[in-house]
Amino acid sequence: MSETELRVRALETVLTEKGYVEPAALDAIIQAYETKIGPRNGAQVVAKAWSDPAFKRSLLEDASKAVSTLGHVSRVGDHLVAVENTPLRHNMVVCTLCSCYPWEMLGLPPIWYKAAPYRSRAVKDPRGVLADFGVSLPKETEIRVWDSTAETRFLVLPMRPEGTDGWSEQQLAELVTRDSMIGTGFPKAPGAPS
Amino acid sequence: MNGVHDMGGMDGFGKVEPEPNEPMFHTEWEGRVLAMVRAMGAAGAFNIDTSRFYRETLPPNVYLNSSYYKKWFLGLEDMLVDKGYIAAEEVAAGHALAPAKPLKHGKFTVDDVERVMVRGKFGRDAQAPAKFKPGDRVRAKNIHPATHTRLPRYVRGHVGVVELNLGCSVFPDSAAMEAGENPQWLYTVVFDGAELWGPDADPTIRVSVDAFEPYLEPA
Repeated sequence: MSETELRVRALETVLTEKGYVEPAALDAIIQAYETKIGPRNGAQVVAKAWSDPAFKRSLLEDASKAVSTLGHVSRVGDHLVAVENTPLRHNMVVCTLCSCYPWEMLGLPPIWYKAAPYRSRAVKDPRGVLADFGVSLPKETEIRVWDSTAETRFLVLPMRPEGTDGWSEQQLAELVTRDSMIGTGFPKAPGAPS
Repeated sequence: MNGVHDMGGMDGFGKVEPEPNEPMFHTEWEGRVLAMVRAMGAAGAFNIDTSRFYRETLPPNVYLNSSYYKKWFLGLEDMLVDKGYIAAEEVAAGHALAPAKPLKHGKFTVDDVERVMVRGKFGRDAQAPAKFKPGDRVRAKNIHPATHTRLPRYVRGHVGVVELNLGCSVFPDSAAMEAGENPQWLYTVVFDGAELWGPDADPTIRVSVDAFEPYLEPA
């Protein structure tokens, strides 16, 4: 066992013996994160916005309120803002100070989102960061970077892929990637290998 | 505080390296740390701003050399010791050695788990009318508080435009220091790339921060 693992176990034992926490409650928290949140929540919201113009309008106007009307992803709280990608403007989200991220929509953030290379460069050289992801945009496209410095959480609404006319929300949701909702990627193209 | 956590605009950290099929936790203890932080916070041992402050006050070399959840763990341990919930000797011994200190919301049990999965509410009643409105030009103040702040260094002294009024919200600078919620108006303020990074900046870049009213002055 690593030194850190031993210390973490020691802390949990102390907190348990002192009556602050129940280990079963910690198990339940971990299980809830593993099973109840994840990018599929955000993907459903994006797919609905692609399919339902009225929902899209309400999402862009007040994302917290719009998402709270969807029973399956109702725990989003009061501080969600959805930002729309267009042919003229690409949005990208970062937290330069720590790791703020829309957990309820996207799950726990990946390591790169919380690490120094992304946090340091996203606000100064977003095109360089996108290149690290293999993403390139036309050079005239505006890149808008949203630094999550307060409790607002940002969800990028990517552009709907072409060739998806008539697709169901469920089919569309399959194309929505986590990175496309952070702004470091695009949705999958229809027919592309998953 | 002007710590290494305030990374926006720093150079030299290298490429972003996404990990294919990244697992939620890389070791079992990472999940335990996340759960302990969420549980002790919900039980009332500390607020979210205080927990961020403890992570950013880790020594710079420790901050930069520790994995994400290691930072969470070190911050949690320091915070619980400083607030008298545990003693460092207890963690070293691996057992409780002294009586518990009562928690504001009592022991965290299975019944409380639902509660932590709902995101907190940070909006508060306004204490005064908002000083700024969308479209106003504002300067991020040139301030360098030694305590917790959410105004990143890279915008300080620079002029931007208020884009959104996000309402009145708990002020992290006060809450982190346990000086009360001190609610303040919160705005999304957007800056041109050239304003932040000079004339050589990519002209297509715009960057916004969410800034509390005390961070801003008319420009």
